[in-house]
Amino acid sequence: MSETRIDRRFAKLKQEGRAGLVAYVMAGDPDIETFYDYFRGLPGAGVDVIELGMCFTDPMADGPNVQVAGQRALKAGMTLRKTLELVRRFRKEDDDTPIVLMGYYNPIYSYGNEAFLADAREAGLDGLIIVDLPPEEDSELCEPTIKAGLNWIRLATPTTDAKRMPAVLANTSGFIYYVSITGITGSAAADPDAVGKAVARLREKTDLPVAVGFGIRTPEQAAAIARVADAAVVGSAFCQTVADSLDDQGKAKPDCVTNVLALARALGDGVRGARA
Amino acid sequence: MEPVNTYRSGPDEQGHFGMFGGRYVAETLMPLILELEEAWHAARKDPEFQAELEHWAKHYIGRPSPLYYAQRLTEHLGGAKVYFKRDELNHTGAHKINNTVGQILLAKRMGKTRIIAETGAGQHGVATATVCAKVGLPCVVYMGETDIARQAPNVFRMKLLGAEVVPVVSGSRTLKDAMNEALRDWVTNVESTFYIIGTAAGPHPYPELVREFQSIIGRETREQMMEAEGRLPDALVACIGGGSNAIGLFHPFLDDPEVAIYGVEAAGHGIESGQHAASIAGGRPGVLHGNRTYLLQDDDGQITEAHSISAGLDYPGIGPEHAWLADSGRVTYVSATDKEALEAFQLCTRMEGIIPALEPAHALAYVTKLAPTMAADKTIVMNMCGRGDKDVFTVAEALGVTL
Ligand SMILES: Cc1ncc(COP(=O)(O)O)c(C=O)c1O
Repeated sequence: MSETRIDRRFAKLKQEGRAGLVAYVMAGDPDIETFYDYFRGLPGAGVDVIELGMCFTDPMADGPNVQVAGQRALKAGMTLRKTLELVRRFRKEDDDTPIVLMGYYNPIYSYGNEAFLADAREAGLDGLIIVDLPPEEDSELCEPTIKAGLNWIRLATPTTDAKRMPAVLANTSGFIYYVSITGITGSAAADPDAVGKAVARLREKTDLPVAVGFGIRTPEQAAAIARVADAAVVGSAFCQTVADSLDDQGKAKPDCVTNVLALARALGDGVRGARA
Repeated sequence: MEPVNTYRSGPDEQGHFGMFGGRYVAETLMPLILELEEAWHAARKDPEFQAELEHWAKHYIGRPSPLYYAQRLTEHLGGAKVYFKRDELNHTGAHKINNTVGQILLAKRMGKTRIIAETGAGQHGVATATVCAKVGLPCVVYMGETDIARQAPNVFRMKLLGAEVVPVVSGSRTLKDAMNEALRDWVTNVESTFYIIGTAAGPHPYPELVREFQSIIGRETREQMMEAEGRLPDALVACIGGGSNAIGLFHPFLDDPEVAIYGVEAAGHGIESGQHAASIAGGRPGVLHGNRTYLLQDDDGQITEAHSISAGLDYPGIGPEHAWLADSGRVTYVSATDKEALEAFQLCTRMEGIIPALEPAHALAYVTKLAPTMAADKTIVMNMCGRGDKDVFTVAEALGVTL
C-alpha cells in the first residue's frame, strides 16, 4: 500500500516528538453550514487528524452525546452522500489533514460498497473506522477498502486478548485505535497508567501508531494520554460543546463555531505541552 | 438462488444463512460472542444440559403444549382443518419462555452473574424476569418509553418478578432502541453479563440457538400431527416479529416439501401506507443489530420506524434465517394488517373461547384466507404463540371501548 495522508501525518508527529490530537465530530451537526465552518477550522485550531462521524439511526456503541449529535445531523438532512460532499469541499482548502470516516456499516452497504469506495477516494477521504465490522467480516468491506488504497483502522479494546490481537492487527493500517474502556463513547475516563500498560502491550505486537480514545474530555486528560500514546481521540466533548451552543429551537447560536474551535485549541495545547 | 438439498443445515461456521446473518458487532463484544458460541456448542452436545432443559420444559413451562383442533372455526371457514399449536398455554403465556429457559441455563453454565434483555411487548421481558427469579440472578430489562406506556401490565409484572425495567428514551423509543441500549449495556459489562436476546435475530450464534430452543414447538407438532391425522400437516402458519416462534414451528418441517409454509408479517395500516412492520414485503437487505437481513430503511440506509398494533411485531427487521428462507423460496411470506388482525382476534375469541395475543392474531388472519382455498381433507397448523390478556387494553382502545 502506498503512503497515505495518515501515514505522513503520524511520521511528521514523530519527527516533532509529540502526540497528535484526533477530533471526532459528527458531520452535519447541528446543520451543514455551521458544521462546515468548524470542520474547516479544526486543523488551524490544532487538530492533527479528523474523525468524521457518519450519522446513523442506531449507533449501538455510542453514548448519549454522540447519539443525539447523530440525531441532530439526521434532522438537518445529513446523508452519506452529503458527508462525502463535505470532504470534497474540505480538500479544496486542505490537502494534508487526514480525514477518517467513522460510523456503522449500513449506510455504506446501502450506498453500495464499490460505488462508495470510488466516491470516497475521489472525494479525498483517507480511511475508515466501521464499528460493526470485526475481522470476522473482513471480506465485506475491509479488503476492498485496502485495495482502493484507503486505510482500514480497527479498534482494539480491553477485551481483545492476546489470542485475538493478531486478527485485529492484520489488515489494520494507518493507526490502531485503542478503546481504553469496555463501554460506549462518552463513558468515564480510563486510568492513564492502565492505558499506558495496554499501549505498551500493543507496541510489542505492532509498529503502527496507537491512538487512544473513549472517555477523554479535558486538556489534562488528553495530555495524560499524549504521554503514553501517539494520539488522543476526543469525541463526546465536541458533541457536547455543540449541544451547549444551541438555542431553544435547537439552532446554532452565533458562538457555536468559536466554542468548538476553542475546545480544539485547549485540547491541542494540552497534547502539545504533554511531553515538554 | 441455486436449489439446495437441505434447508436445515444453516448457519455455516461464520453464522451465515446464504448472504444473511453473520457477526456485525463492535470489537469489544467479539470475544464474548465467540465465548458464547463455544459454550453453546458444548452445551448442545451435553446430555446433562439437554436433560435439564427437558426437565424445565415439562415441569416449569408445562410442555408439551396441546395441538388443538379448532372445530368451529374450521366449519366457519369451510375448507382445511385448522389446528392450533397452543404455546399460549405455556407458563407466562407465550412461546418466549422456551427460549429464556434455554438461555438462562446457558448463562449459568458460563458462570454469568447478571442478566440483561430487551423487550417490546414485554412478553420476552416477563419471560426473562421469570427465569431470573427462579435462578436468583439480577435482571435488567430495557424497554422503549413508548412501549412502557402501551404495555403497563407487563411492566408491573416484570417489577413484581424483581427485574429492573430501564426506560429507553433514545431513537424511536421502541423495540429496536431497547435492543441498542441492551447492546450498550453489554459492551459496558462484558465480564459479568449474559444478554438474553428475545428473538431469532442478533449476531451469530443467537439466531441459531434461539431457533434450537424454540424448535421444540415444531418437533412436538410433528409427533402430535402424526398421532391426530397420521400424516404431516399440509400447511404451517406463524406470525413474524423477529421470527422466533415461526422458525421454531417451521424448522423441523423445512425438508418436507409437501408441507407449505407461510410466515405472516405485520402490515400495520397497509404495506402501501409505509406504516407497517413487514421487512420482507417492504424492506431490503441491510445490517443492523449484528446481522444482515431484510430491514425497513430509507435511501441512505437509515433504519425507519416500524408500525404495528402489536408491540411484539413492531420491529423493522427479521431474523436472518427467514431472510434466507424468503430468498430461497422455501417459505412464503405474506402479511396481515392491524384491521385484519383485530377481526381475527375477535373471531377466534367468539368461536373457540381462546383470546389470542395480537401477534398470532396476524397469523390467524391469514389462516382465514388460506383455509377456504384448501380442500376439507387438508390440514393447517397455526402457532398460537401467545395469549391475549396483555392486549385487552389495546384492543378495547382500537374498538373504541373505554374500560
Ligand atoms: C405472543 C408473541 N408472539 C410473537 C412475538 C414476536 O416475536 P417472534 O417473531 O420472535 O416470535 C412476540 C413478541 O413479543 C409475542 O409476545
